Amino acid sequence: MAETAPLWAAVVLPVALVLVAWAAASVDARSAGLGRAVLRLLVQQRRLTRAADVLLVRVGTTLLPVAAVLAAVVLPLGFRSVSDLPDGIVWFNAMEALAWAAVWLTGWGPNSALSLIGGYRFLAQGLAYELPHMLAITTAALGAESLRVGALVDAQAGLWFAVWMPVAFGVYLLSALAMAFWGPFDQPVGTDVAGGAASELAGVDRLLFLGGRWLLFVVAAAFSVPLFLGGGQGPFLPAWAWTVLKTAAVLGLLMWARRRVPTVRMERYVELAWVVLTPLAVAQALVVAVVVLGR
Amino acid sequence: MTTAAFWILAVLAVAGGVMVFRFDSMARATFSLLTALLCVGGELIVLGLEYLGIVTVLMMTIEMAIMAVFMIMFMMNPAGLMPMTMVHNKRGAAALCVTAFVLLVAGILLAPWPRRRGRAPADPTTDLGMALMGPQMLTMMTLGMALFATIVATVVLATRRGRYERYGDDLRATRPDDPVRGGVGR
Repeated sequence: MAETAPLWAAVVLPVALVLVAWAAASVDARSAGLGRAVLRLLVQQRRLTRAADVLLVRVGTTLLPVAAVLAAVVLPLGFRSVSDLPDGIVWFNAMEALAWAAVWLTGWGPNSALSLIGGYRFLAQGLAYELPHMLAITTAALGAESLRVGALVDAQAGLWFAVWMPVAFGVYLLSALAMAFWGPFDQPVGTDVAGGAASELAGVDRLLFLGGRWLLFVVAAAFSVPLFLGGGQGPFLPAWAWTVLKTAAVLGLLMWARRRVPTVRMERYVELAWVVLTPLAVAQALVVAVVVLGR
Repeated sequence: MTTAAFWILAVLAVAGGVMVFRFDSMARATFSLLTALLCVGGELIVLGLEYLGIVTVLMMTIEMAIMAVFMIMFMMNPAGLMPMTMVHNKRGAAALCVTAFVLLVAGILLAPWPRRRGRAPADPTTDLGMALMGPQMLTMMTLGMALFATIVATVVLATRRGRYERYGDDLRATRPDDPVRGGVGR
Protein backbone atom coordinates (compact mmCIF):
# COMPACT_ATOMS: atom_id res chain seq x y z
CA MET A 1 0.00 0.00 0.00
CA ALA A 2 2.96 2.31 0.64
CA GLU A 3 3.99 4.47 -2.28
CA THR A 4 6.94 6.74 -2.80
CA ALA A 5 6.09 10.41 -3.03
CA PRO A 6 7.17 12.56 -6.00
CA LEU A 7 10.57 14.23 -5.94
CA TRP A 8 9.30 17.64 -4.83
CA ALA A 9 8.25 16.06 -1.55
CA ALA A 10 11.93 16.10 -0.54
CA VAL A 11 11.83 19.91 -0.69
CA VAL A 12 8.46 20.16 1.05
CA LEU A 13 9.46 17.81 3.89
CA PRO A 14 11.76 20.18 5.83
CA VAL A 15 9.29 23.05 5.40
CA ALA A 16 6.40 20.93 6.68
CA LEU A 17 8.50 19.74 9.63
CA VAL A 18 9.43 23.29 10.54
CA LEU A 19 5.76 24.33 10.39
CA VAL A 20 4.69 21.46 12.66
CA ALA A 21 7.56 22.19 15.06
CA TRP A 22 6.61 25.88 15.02
CA ALA A 23 3.01 25.06 15.87
CA ALA A 24 4.04 22.65 18.62
CA ALA A 25 6.48 25.14 20.12
CA SER A 26 3.81 27.88 20.06
CA VAL A 27 1.31 25.63 21.83
CA ASP A 28 3.94 24.55 24.34
CA ALA A 29 4.95 28.15 25.10
CA ARG A 30 1.25 29.16 25.09
CA SER A 31 2.14 32.25 23.09
CA ALA A 32 2.07 33.42 19.49
CA GLY A 33 5.25 35.43 19.93
CA LEU A 34 7.58 32.75 18.63
CA GLY A 35 8.32 34.67 15.44
CA ARG A 36 9.74 37.57 17.40
CA ALA A 37 12.07 35.27 19.32
CA VAL A 38 13.26 33.64 16.09
CA LEU A 39 13.86 37.04 14.46
CA ARG A 40 15.79 38.21 17.48
CA LEU A 41 18.04 35.14 17.27
CA LEU A 42 18.53 35.72 13.54
CA VAL A 43 19.86 39.26 14.01
CA GLN A 44 21.75 38.50 17.22
CA GLN A 45 25.53 38.23 17.03
CA ARG A 46 27.18 34.87 17.50
CA ARG A 47 28.98 34.47 20.79
CA LEU A 48 32.68 33.74 20.53
CA THR A 49 34.39 32.10 23.47
CA ARG A 50 38.13 31.99 24.03
CA ALA A 51 40.00 29.15 22.29
CA ALA A 52 36.72 27.75 20.98
CA ASP A 53 36.74 25.05 18.33
CA VAL A 54 34.42 26.95 16.00
CA LEU A 55 34.37 24.26 13.30
CA LEU A 56 33.11 21.62 15.73
CA VAL A 57 30.39 23.95 17.09
CA ARG A 58 29.19 24.68 13.55
CA VAL A 59 29.17 20.98 12.67
CA GLY A 60 27.31 20.12 15.88
CA THR A 61 24.63 22.80 15.65
CA THR A 62 24.00 22.12 11.95
CA LEU A 63 23.98 18.35 12.32
CA LEU A 64 21.05 18.34 14.76
CA PRO A 65 18.35 19.72 12.38
CA VAL A 66 19.91 17.85 9.44
CA ALA A 67 19.72 14.56 11.34
CA ALA A 68 16.06 15.23 12.22
CA VAL A 69 15.11 15.92 8.58
CA LEU A 70 17.06 12.89 7.34
CA ALA A 71 15.28 10.70 9.89
CA ALA A 72 11.94 12.05 8.61
CA VAL A 73 12.68 10.79 5.09
CA VAL A 74 11.08 7.44 5.97
CA LEU A 75 8.15 9.06 7.81
CA PRO A 76 4.90 8.41 5.91
CA LEU A 77 2.18 11.04 5.59
CA GLY A 78 -0.84 8.86 4.99
CA PHE A 79 0.75 6.03 3.02
CA ARG A 80 3.39 8.10 1.26
CA SER A 81 6.89 8.81 2.47
CA VAL A 82 9.71 10.59 0.67
CA SER A 83 11.47 7.24 0.44
CA ASP A 84 10.10 3.95 1.74
CA LEU A 85 13.51 2.35 2.25
CA PRO A 86 13.62 -1.44 2.70
CA ASP A 87 15.48 -0.82 5.99
CA GLY A 88 13.53 2.28 7.00
CA ILE A 89 13.50 1.52 10.72
CA VAL A 90 17.26 1.07 10.89
CA TRP A 91 17.66 4.26 8.85
CA PHE A 92 15.53 6.19 11.36
CA ASN A 93 17.56 4.80 14.24
CA ALA A 94 20.88 5.64 12.54
CA MET A 95 19.88 9.22 11.77
CA GLU A 96 18.50 9.77 15.25
CA ALA A 97 21.84 8.51 16.65
CA LEU A 98 23.61 11.36 14.82
CA ALA A 99 22.15 13.57 17.57
CA TRP A 100 24.67 11.95 19.94
CA ALA A 101 27.52 13.38 17.90
CA ALA A 102 25.72 16.69 17.35
CA VAL A 103 25.02 17.44 21.02
CA TRP A 104 28.44 16.34 22.19
CA LEU A 105 30.20 18.46 19.55
CA THR A 106 28.05 21.47 20.47
CA GLY A 107 28.93 20.94 24.11
CA TRP A 108 32.65 20.43 23.48
CA GLY A 109 33.28 23.14 20.91
CA PRO A 110 32.86 26.40 22.88
CA ASN A 111 35.62 25.48 25.38
CA SER A 112 33.28 26.15 28.29
CA ALA A 113 32.80 23.96 31.36
CA LEU A 114 29.00 24.18 31.55
CA SER A 115 28.39 23.40 27.91
CA LEU A 116 30.87 20.51 28.15
CA ILE A 117 28.88 19.09 31.09
CA GLY A 118 25.74 19.33 28.95
CA GLY A 119 27.40 17.42 26.12
CA TYR A 120 28.56 14.63 28.41
CA ARG A 121 25.14 14.48 30.04
CA PHE A 122 23.55 13.73 26.69
CA LEU A 123 25.93 10.82 26.09
CA ALA A 124 25.01 9.38 29.51
CA GLN A 125 21.34 9.86 28.72
CA GLY A 126 21.88 8.25 25.32
CA LEU A 127 23.38 5.16 26.94
CA ALA A 128 20.29 5.00 29.14
CA TYR A 129 17.57 5.34 26.52
CA GLU A 130 19.13 3.65 23.49
CA LEU A 131 19.02 0.04 24.72
CA PRO A 132 15.26 -0.17 25.53
CA HIS A 133 14.58 2.10 22.55
CA MET A 134 16.23 -0.26 20.08
CA LEU A 135 14.39 -3.21 21.62
CA ALA A 136 11.07 -1.33 21.30
CA ILE A 137 11.46 -0.52 17.60
CA THR A 138 12.80 -4.03 16.94
CA THR A 139 9.64 -5.40 18.55
CA ALA A 140 7.49 -3.36 16.16
CA ALA A 141 9.55 -4.59 13.20
CA LEU A 142 9.21 -8.14 14.49
CA GLY A 143 5.44 -7.79 14.62
CA ALA A 144 5.36 -6.80 10.94
CA GLU A 145 8.23 -9.16 10.01
CA SER A 146 9.77 -6.32 8.04
CA LEU A 147 12.08 -3.35 8.48
CA ARG A 148 10.11 -1.36 5.90
CA VAL A 149 7.98 1.35 7.47
CA GLY A 150 5.27 0.86 4.81
CA ALA A 151 5.02 -2.82 5.72
CA LEU A 152 4.64 -1.87 9.38
CA VAL A 153 1.67 0.36 8.56
CA ASP A 154 0.13 -2.39 6.40
CA ALA A 155 0.55 -4.93 9.22
CA GLN A 156 -1.57 -2.70 11.48
CA ALA A 157 -4.61 -2.66 9.20
CA GLY A 158 -6.50 -4.73 11.79
CA LEU A 159 -5.00 -4.16 15.20
CA TRP A 160 -2.64 -1.36 16.15
CA PHE A 161 0.71 -2.43 17.55
CA ALA A 162 0.13 -0.06 20.47
CA VAL A 163 -2.72 -2.35 21.57
CA TRP A 164 -0.85 -5.64 21.66
CA MET A 165 2.64 -4.24 22.36
CA PRO A 166 1.83 -1.62 25.00
CA VAL A 167 5.20 -1.93 26.76
CA ALA A 168 7.15 -1.29 23.55
CA PHE A 169 4.92 1.70 22.83
CA GLY A 170 5.47 3.16 26.28
CA VAL A 171 9.23 2.62 26.07
CA TYR A 172 9.25 4.26 22.65
CA LEU A 173 7.46 7.36 23.94
CA LEU A 174 9.95 7.66 26.82
CA SER A 175 12.91 7.37 24.47
CA ALA A 176 11.33 9.87 22.06
CA LEU A 177 11.45 12.40 24.88
CA ALA A 178 14.99 11.36 25.86
CA MET A 179 16.44 11.44 22.35
CA ALA A 180 15.18 15.00 21.87
CA PHE A 181 16.49 15.82 25.40
CA TRP A 182 13.14 17.44 25.98
CA GLY A 183 10.64 17.62 28.82
CA PRO A 184 11.62 15.46 31.80
CA PHE A 185 14.90 14.55 30.04
CA ASP A 186 16.15 18.10 29.44
CA GLN A 187 19.20 17.73 31.70
CA PRO A 188 21.71 18.08 28.80
CA VAL A 189 20.40 21.65 28.39
CA GLY A 190 19.22 21.94 32.00
CA THR A 191 18.88 25.23 33.85
CA ASP A 192 21.08 23.86 36.67
CA VAL A 193 24.06 24.10 34.29
CA ALA A 194 22.96 27.43 32.80
CA GLY A 195 21.62 25.85 29.63
CA GLY A 196 24.16 23.02 29.33
CA ALA A 197 25.16 22.21 25.77
CA ALA A 198 23.34 25.33 24.54
CA SER A 199 24.77 27.69 27.19
CA GLU A 200 27.36 29.34 24.92
CA LEU A 201 25.21 29.45 21.81
CA ALA A 202 23.77 32.71 20.54
CA GLY A 203 22.27 33.95 17.31
CA VAL A 204 21.96 31.56 14.39
CA ASP A 205 23.82 28.79 16.22
CA ARG A 206 21.26 28.84 19.03
CA LEU A 207 18.37 28.93 16.56
CA LEU A 208 19.74 25.92 14.65
CA PHE A 209 20.43 23.92 17.80
CA LEU A 210 17.21 24.59 19.71
CA GLY A 211 15.15 24.54 16.50
CA GLY A 212 16.85 21.27 15.57
CA ARG A 213 15.86 19.89 18.96
CA TRP A 214 12.20 20.77 18.25
CA LEU A 215 12.45 19.13 14.82
CA LEU A 216 13.94 16.00 16.37
CA PHE A 217 11.19 15.96 19.00
CA VAL A 218 8.46 16.28 16.36
CA VAL A 219 10.02 13.59 14.15
CA ALA A 220 10.47 11.21 17.09
CA ALA A 221 6.88 11.74 18.20
CA ALA A 222 5.55 11.45 14.63
CA PHE A 223 7.44 8.19 14.04
CA SER A 224 5.44 6.54 16.81
CA VAL A 225 2.38 6.81 14.52
CA PRO A 226 3.58 4.41 11.77
CA LEU A 227 5.40 2.30 14.38
CA PHE A 228 2.58 1.71 16.84
CA LEU A 229 -0.57 3.67 15.96
CA GLY A 230 -1.42 2.27 12.53
CA GLY A 231 -0.05 5.16 10.45
CA GLY A 232 -2.72 6.48 8.11
CA GLN A 233 -5.19 3.66 8.88
CA GLY A 234 -8.60 4.82 10.06
CA PRO A 235 -12.24 5.14 8.97
CA PHE A 236 -13.98 8.05 7.16
CA LEU A 237 -11.11 10.54 7.04
CA PRO A 238 -8.36 10.43 4.38
CA ALA A 239 -5.07 8.78 5.34
CA TRP A 240 -3.08 12.00 5.62
CA ALA A 241 -5.66 13.45 8.02
CA TRP A 242 -5.37 10.41 10.27
CA THR A 243 -1.58 10.75 10.30
CA VAL A 244 -1.83 14.44 11.24
CA LEU A 245 -4.46 13.75 13.92
CA LYS A 246 -2.51 10.92 15.52
CA THR A 247 0.75 12.88 15.41
CA ALA A 248 -0.99 15.84 17.06
CA ALA A 249 -2.37 13.51 19.74
CA VAL A 250 1.08 12.05 20.51
CA LEU A 251 2.64 15.52 20.57
CA GLY A 252 -0.13 16.71 22.87
CA LEU A 253 0.40 13.77 25.22
CA LEU A 254 4.15 14.36 25.40
CA MET A 255 3.73 18.10 25.96
CA TRP A 256 1.20 17.40 28.69
CA ALA A 257 3.69 14.98 30.26
CA ARG A 258 6.36 17.70 30.31
CA ARG A 259 4.18 19.85 32.52
CA ARG A 260 3.26 16.95 34.82
CA VAL A 261 6.56 15.09 35.26
CA PRO A 262 9.59 16.62 36.96
CA THR A 263 13.05 16.42 35.42
CA VAL A 264 14.63 12.98 35.61
CA ARG A 265 18.38 12.99 36.19
CA MET A 266 20.16 10.73 33.72
CA GLU A 267 21.94 8.63 36.37
CA ARG A 268 18.52 7.73 37.78
CA TYR A 269 17.16 7.05 34.34
CA VAL A 270 20.13 4.80 33.48
CA GLU A 271 19.21 2.59 36.42
CA LEU A 272 15.51 2.57 35.54
CA ALA A 273 16.25 1.93 31.85
CA TRP A 274 18.67 -0.93 32.43
CA VAL A 275 17.12 -2.59 35.47
CA VAL A 276 13.42 -2.20 34.64
CA LEU A 277 12.77 -1.08 31.06
CA THR A 278 15.25 -3.31 29.23
CA PRO A 279 14.00 -6.60 30.79
CA LEU A 280 10.40 -5.45 30.18
CA ALA A 281 11.21 -4.66 26.55
CA VAL A 282 12.91 -8.05 26.13
CA ALA A 283 9.86 -9.77 27.60
CA GLN A 284 7.63 -7.80 25.22
CA ALA A 285 9.81 -8.83 22.25
CA LEU A 286 9.58 -12.45 23.41
CA VAL A 287 5.78 -12.32 23.54
CA VAL A 288 5.62 -10.76 20.07
CA ALA A 289 8.10 -13.33 18.71
CA VAL A 290 6.00 -16.19 20.05
CA VAL A 291 2.83 -14.68 18.53
CA VAL A 292 4.58 -14.18 15.18
CA LEU A 293 5.95 -17.75 15.19
CA GLY A 294 2.48 -19.11 15.98
CA ARG A 295 0.78 -17.18 13.13
CA MET B 1 26.15 8.29 -10.93
CA THR B 2 26.99 5.25 -8.80
CA THR B 3 30.61 5.41 -9.88
CA ALA B 4 30.81 9.11 -9.03
CA ALA B 5 29.25 8.50 -5.59
CA PHE B 6 31.68 5.64 -5.00
CA TRP B 7 34.72 7.77 -5.80
CA ILE B 8 33.54 10.84 -3.89
CA LEU B 9 32.86 8.74 -0.78
CA ALA B 10 36.15 6.87 -1.22
CA VAL B 11 38.18 10.08 -1.42
CA LEU B 12 36.30 11.57 1.56
CA ALA B 13 36.87 8.39 3.59
CA VAL B 14 40.61 8.37 2.90
CA ALA B 15 40.86 12.12 3.52
CA GLY B 16 39.04 11.70 6.85
CA GLY B 17 41.42 8.88 7.75
CA VAL B 18 44.47 11.00 6.92
CA MET B 19 43.14 13.96 8.89
CA VAL B 20 42.93 11.78 12.02
CA PHE B 21 46.72 11.95 12.12
CA ARG B 22 46.99 15.58 11.05
CA PHE B 23 44.63 17.23 13.56
CA ASP B 24 46.16 18.40 16.82
CA SER B 25 42.91 18.04 18.78
CA MET B 26 41.58 14.77 20.11
CA ALA B 27 37.96 15.78 19.51
CA ARG B 28 38.67 16.68 15.89
CA ALA B 29 40.65 13.48 15.35
CA THR B 30 37.80 11.38 16.76
CA PHE B 31 35.15 12.97 14.60
CA SER B 32 37.39 12.95 11.55
CA LEU B 33 37.59 9.19 12.06
CA LEU B 34 33.79 9.13 12.37
CA THR B 35 33.52 11.00 9.05
CA ALA B 36 35.73 8.38 7.41
CA LEU B 37 33.63 5.55 8.87
CA LEU B 38 30.35 7.19 7.80
CA CYS B 39 31.75 7.41 4.27
CA VAL B 40 32.54 3.69 4.45
CA GLY B 41 28.91 3.11 5.46
CA GLY B 42 27.89 5.17 2.44
CA GLU B 43 30.13 2.99 0.23
CA LEU B 44 28.32 -0.11 1.44
CA ILE B 45 24.97 1.50 0.53
CA VAL B 46 26.32 2.44 -2.90
CA LEU B 47 27.46 -1.17 -3.41
CA GLY B 48 23.89 -2.36 -2.79
CA LEU B 49 24.34 -3.58 0.80
CA GLU B 50 21.83 -1.10 2.24
CA TYR B 51 21.25 -2.81 5.55
CA LEU B 52 24.94 -3.24 6.31
CA GLY B 53 25.63 0.35 5.29
CA ILE B 54 22.93 1.84 7.51
CA VAL B 55 23.91 -0.39 10.44
CA THR B 56 27.52 0.73 9.99
CA VAL B 57 26.39 4.36 10.20
CA LEU B 58 24.31 3.61 13.31
CA MET B 59 26.98 1.64 15.15
CA MET B 60 29.90 3.87 14.24
CA THR B 61 28.09 7.07 15.28
CA ILE B 62 27.26 5.73 18.74
CA GLU B 63 30.62 4.02 19.09
CA MET B 64 32.66 7.08 18.18
CA ALA B 65 30.56 9.32 20.45
CA ILE B 66 31.39 7.00 23.37
CA MET B 67 34.95 6.58 22.13
CA ALA B 68 35.42 10.36 22.21
CA VAL B 69 34.85 10.25 25.97
CA PHE B 70 37.53 7.60 26.48
CA MET B 71 40.03 9.03 24.02
CA ILE B 72 39.83 12.42 25.70
CA MET B 73 39.92 10.85 29.15
CA PHE B 74 43.25 9.13 28.50
CA MET B 75 44.91 11.88 26.47
CA MET B 76 47.31 14.18 28.29
CA ASN B 77 46.42 17.14 26.10
CA PRO B 78 42.90 16.61 24.87
CA ALA B 79 41.88 20.05 23.74
CA GLY B 80 44.69 20.67 21.29
CA LEU B 81 45.78 23.81 23.13
CA MET B 82 49.34 22.53 22.88
CA PRO B 83 50.63 20.56 19.90
CA MET B 84 49.28 17.03 20.11
CA THR B 85 49.76 14.21 17.69
CA MET B 86 48.18 10.82 17.21
CA VAL B 87 51.51 9.49 15.90
CA HIS B 88 54.27 8.23 18.16
CA ASN B 89 57.58 6.76 16.99
CA LYS B 90 57.18 8.65 13.73
CA ARG B 91 59.87 6.93 11.66
CA GLY B 92 58.89 3.41 12.66
CA ALA B 93 55.19 4.20 12.18
CA ALA B 94 55.84 5.65 8.72
CA ALA B 95 57.92 2.62 7.71
CA LEU B 96 55.21 0.22 8.96
CA CYS B 97 52.45 2.15 7.20
CA VAL B 98 54.27 2.28 3.88
CA THR B 99 55.12 -1.43 4.07
CA ALA B 100 51.53 -2.37 4.91
CA PHE B 101 50.18 -0.14 2.12
CA VAL B 102 52.58 -1.56 -0.48
CA LEU B 103 51.76 -5.12 0.59
CA LEU B 104 47.99 -4.51 0.39
CA VAL B 105 48.19 -2.80 -3.01
CA ALA B 106 50.44 -5.56 -4.32
CA GLY B 107 47.93 -8.10 -3.01
CA ILE B 108 45.03 -6.30 -4.74
CA LEU B 109 46.86 -6.06 -8.04
CA LEU B 110 48.53 -9.46 -8.08
CA ALA B 111 45.88 -11.74 -6.54
CA PRO B 112 44.06 -13.95 -9.07
CA TRP B 113 40.53 -12.74 -8.28
CA PRO B 114 37.83 -15.29 -9.12
CA ARG B 115 35.27 -14.33 -11.74
CA ARG B 116 31.71 -13.86 -10.52
CA ARG B 117 29.66 -17.03 -10.74
CA GLY B 118 25.90 -16.60 -10.98
CA ARG B 119 24.20 -13.30 -10.29
CA ALA B 120 23.92 -11.10 -7.21
CA PRO B 121 21.00 -12.17 -5.00
CA ALA B 122 17.91 -9.98 -4.95
CA ASP B 123 18.28 -9.36 -1.22
CA PRO B 124 21.92 -9.73 -0.12
CA THR B 125 20.98 -8.91 3.49
CA THR B 126 18.80 -12.01 3.81
CA ASP B 127 21.53 -14.18 2.30
CA LEU B 128 24.11 -12.73 4.65
CA GLY B 129 21.80 -13.32 7.61
CA MET B 130 21.22 -16.93 6.56
CA ALA B 131 24.96 -17.47 6.02
CA LEU B 132 25.75 -16.08 9.48
CA MET B 133 22.81 -17.36 11.45
CA GLY B 134 21.67 -20.42 9.51
CA PRO B 135 24.24 -23.21 9.82
CA GLN B 136 26.42 -21.26 12.30
CA MET B 137 23.72 -20.38 14.82
CA LEU B 138 25.40 -22.30 17.65
CA THR B 139 28.76 -20.64 16.96
CA MET B 140 27.19 -17.18 16.93
CA MET B 141 25.24 -17.82 20.14
CA THR B 142 28.37 -19.09 21.90
CA LEU B 143 30.35 -16.13 20.60
CA GLY B 144 27.67 -13.72 21.80
CA MET B 145 27.61 -15.24 25.28
CA ALA B 146 31.43 -15.22 25.47
CA LEU B 147 31.55 -11.55 24.51
CA PHE B 148 28.81 -10.69 26.97
CA ALA B 149 30.57 -12.62 29.76
CA THR B 150 33.77 -10.72 28.95
CA ILE B 151 31.97 -7.38 29.26
CA VAL B 152 30.40 -8.33 32.59
CA ALA B 153 33.71 -9.68 33.92
CA THR B 154 35.55 -6.52 32.88
CA VAL B 155 33.01 -4.32 34.60
CA VAL B 156 33.11 -6.46 37.76
CA LEU B 157 36.91 -6.28 37.83
CA ALA B 158 36.98 -2.55 37.15
CA THR B 159 34.26 -1.42 39.55
CA ARG B 160 35.47 0.15 42.75
CA ARG B 161 32.31 -0.40 44.73
CA GLY B 162 30.81 -3.85 44.93
CA ARG B 163 28.01 -5.28 47.06
CA TYR B 164 30.19 -5.33 50.21
CA GLU B 165 30.69 -1.59 49.94
CA ARG B 166 26.98 -1.09 49.35
CA TYR B 167 25.46 -3.49 51.89
CA GLY B 168 28.26 -3.83 54.48
CA ASP B 169 30.66 -6.71 55.20
CA ASP B 170 27.89 -9.12 56.18
CA LEU B 171 25.55 -7.86 53.45
CA ARG B 172 22.94 -7.14 56.13
CA ALA B 173 22.33 -3.41 55.57
CA THR B 174 18.72 -2.64 54.70
CA ARG B 175 19.59 0.40 52.62
CA PRO B 176 22.59 0.38 50.28
CA ASP B 177 25.23 3.01 50.99
CA ASP B 178 25.51 4.79 47.63
CA PRO B 179 27.27 8.05 46.76
CA VAL B 180 24.26 9.08 44.67
CA ARG B 181 20.80 8.75 46.17
CA GLY B 182 17.81 7.70 44.16
CA GLY B 183 17.27 5.17 41.43
CA VAL B 184 15.35 1.94 41.48
CA GLY B 185 14.13 0.73 44.87
CA ARG B 186 15.81 3.44 46.93
